[in-house]
Amino acid sequence: MDKDGMMNRLAEDVVTLSGAEMVIRALKDQGVAHIFGYPGGAVLPIYDALFAVEGLTHVLCRHEQGAVHAAEGYARSTGKPGVVLVTSGPGATNAVTGLTDALMDSIPLVVLTGQVATHLIGNDAFQECDTVGITRPCTKHNWLVKDVNDLSRVLHEAFQIATTGRPGPVVVDIPKDIQFKKGAYVGPESVSHRTYRPKTEPELGSIVRAIELMAAAERPVFYTGGGIINAGPEASRLLRELVRTTGFPITSTLMGLGAYPASDPQWLGMLGMHGTYEANLAMHDCDVMICLGARFDDRVTGKIDAFSPNSRKIHLDIDAAQINKNVRVDVPIVADAAKALKEMLHFWKTQRRKVNAPALKDWWKQIEEWRGKKSLSYRQSNSVIKPQYAIDRLYELTRDREVFITTEVGQHQMWAAQRFKFEGPNHWMTSGGLGTMGYGLPASIGVQVAHPDALVIDIAGEASVQMTMQEMSTAMQYGLPVKIFILNNQYMGMVRQWQQLLHGGRYSHSYSEALPDFVKMAEAFGCVGLRAEKPGELDDKIREMIDVKRPVLFDCRVDPKENCYPMIYSGAAHNEMVLSDAGDETPEVTEEGKMLV
Amino acid sequence: MNTIADKRTRRHTIAVLVDNEAGVLARVVGLFSGRGYNIESLTVAEVDATAHTSRITVVTSGTPDVIEQIEAQLRRLVPVHRVVNWTTDKPGVEREMALVKVAGQGDKRVEAMRISQVFRARVVDTTHTSFVFEITGGPDKVDNFIDLMRPLGLVDVSRTGVAAISRGPEAM
Repeated sequence: MDKDGMMNRLAEDVVTLSGAEMVIRALKDQGVAHIFGYPGGAVLPIYDALFAVEGLTHVLCRHEQGAVHAAEGYARSTGKPGVVLVTSGPGATNAVTGLTDALMDSIPLVVLTGQVATHLIGNDAFQECDTVGITRPCTKHNWLVKDVNDLSRVLHEAFQIATTGRPGPVVVDIPKDIQFKKGAYVGPESVSHRTYRPKTEPELGSIVRAIELMAAAERPVFYTGGGIINAGPEASRLLRELVRTTGFPITSTLMGLGAYPASDPQWLGMLGMHGTYEANLAMHDCDVMICLGARFDDRVTGKIDAFSPNSRKIHLDIDAAQINKNVRVDVPIVADAAKALKEMLHFWKTQRRKVNAPALKDWWKQIEEWRGKKSLSYRQSNSVIKPQYAIDRLYELTRDREVFITTEVGQHQMWAAQRFKFEGPNHWMTSGGLGTMGYGLPASIGVQVAHPDALVIDIAGEASVQMTMQEMSTAMQYGLPVKIFILNNQYMGMVRQWQQLLHGGRYSHSYSEALPDFVKMAEAFGCVGLRAEKPGELDDKIREMIDVKRPVLFDCRVDPKENCYPMIYSGAAHNEMVLSDAGDETPEVTEEGKMLV
Repeated sequence: MNTIADKRTRRHTIAVLVDNEAGVLARVVGLFSGRGYNIESLTVAEVDATAHTSRITVVTSGTPDVIEQIEAQLRRLVPVHRVVNWTTDKPGVEREMALVKVAGQGDKRVEAMRISQVFRARVVDTTHTSFVFEITGGPDKVDNFIDLMRPLGLVDVSRTGVAAISRGPEAM
């Protein structure tokens, strides 16, 4: 091409658009199909540009927190970034809980906020707040765009940063005058960040050291987390191959459920505060721990100085800051989980590594003994629905379908994690790190938007679900047949449990004396309300819930006094589990333990 | 096996090369306050106008585990190019400047002047009853000078915080 031709070509590539048009164009160029949002004064130009756009569906939520959680559900069930559009001031501050939630759980979100015009910033203008200041600690990165010619670059960088390395939420704050101004638009292919280069390739030396440790292990255990899910379905597939090749037992965090199939005999169940006896004891007694994409959270480790005292630890994480943060490890691997797992398998095979079979056999014998405790068992009742029974029935009656589960936070969440058997990744959406009550209902809406034909169930508690109940209206507006399955025990159950165990049974403000009639409430929203009060009617009502093609609020009245076991008390170690509150095994909680959350 | 962690707290000087963009200092400072790390001194200025890079020098203290976390958390920030610890990674030289105002008359004034000469401090302002000294050196030298001035009529101190650079021909 001659020089003039080149110049013409370049001139054609530079497109002049308004800031608002750039937002829409950038979203389309990034392959975005759905955005969750709520309009307001400072984003009106963007909403105007959105008005007649095809191929980009806006889901109007009822509260910005709901919009962000919906985007989280969307992201977690698809592996794609969730996109949110909200206004300045209260629009941005309402998004903060969702942003923090996404940061703690490493969920890729791109949140666009309107801002007052640049000449008004710092002036205490109407609906002004320091959005980048407020969201700095609860985003992976954020920007305030003060020049329209920076906007398209920033938007593309935002997607790159949200979705690569350790994923997370980002905020782009766009003043209203920038939305009106015209400038040059650049496409995603011409944008490359100056400094941001996440490390994804493993160092082969540490892979080989890890393989050596694994081959010599007598009592190994895989401990996996949300990092496997975030690394994509290939990471889950490779994990399965590695676990089956070695024959080692595997447990997972709350965030990692589904990466390994729960029906597999090598699966020990979830570990941690409400994990199974066999998973926690295996962690405590192991000699080699293979931690893949988990971060030694306090809910997992229990008492940190008594955590797995005799093991050598391999730790794979894409975020170097997780290495040696809570627990010192012997073999750190900073890399993308799929890439590292691939290398581990490769070296295991090419070096013809064999496991220590006799030792492994003894280890499994020990694990089977622990399994024999049946730590998830509970006392069934004929008169009252036990929450565990409700989850078991829900699982049995839905297991032949593709089902996505979201949860709120509390006892119901732990029972769901313990009992619902997940066979594949991206089907379990729960607020792990932040523990956000009110997450599950809007998250289920986001999941249903991404998977219109799937069965999407929010396993909820009656307290949590009231925090974002308004989003039933969103479900109705878009014909999203989400099923909100409320385990209604009239208490903030986990708060009540802790008050019973740690605060002398003084149930200070954990009982909701005036609960709404959830069936009537469903009807008021135009949804379907169902209620089950006796174990005998549960199956029929659950079937009815599944069959109806509309949003459902299911009021499942359960035993109000049931506690969630097994449990590791705060400040206790993995081998100090409490299996039930029957009998005299309930230990005294130390003063130190009481300080912990 | 968990190695017995070194629990000794030590002072570290850390250099952080960052993109000179809005809010970058707030990110670094917010990281320290949000995670409960300590800042003993902080200096920041643009060091390359064409590359738009600034250099932040932080003096902090902590156990080896804490310092490792601080460095890892700093590297995680998107606008951060490089992080170097002059206390552990490679040897650096550290300098700090302070302006020290001393007021007094008679013997004390003479003694202040005599000590300032020992420390190679410069007088940058003088009246019949006061001096402003400019002193440059390692933080310990500046500390010592200020301590010696205290009984001689110390009125005010302004310190720049530590600037640091590696020894030898290489860049950071």
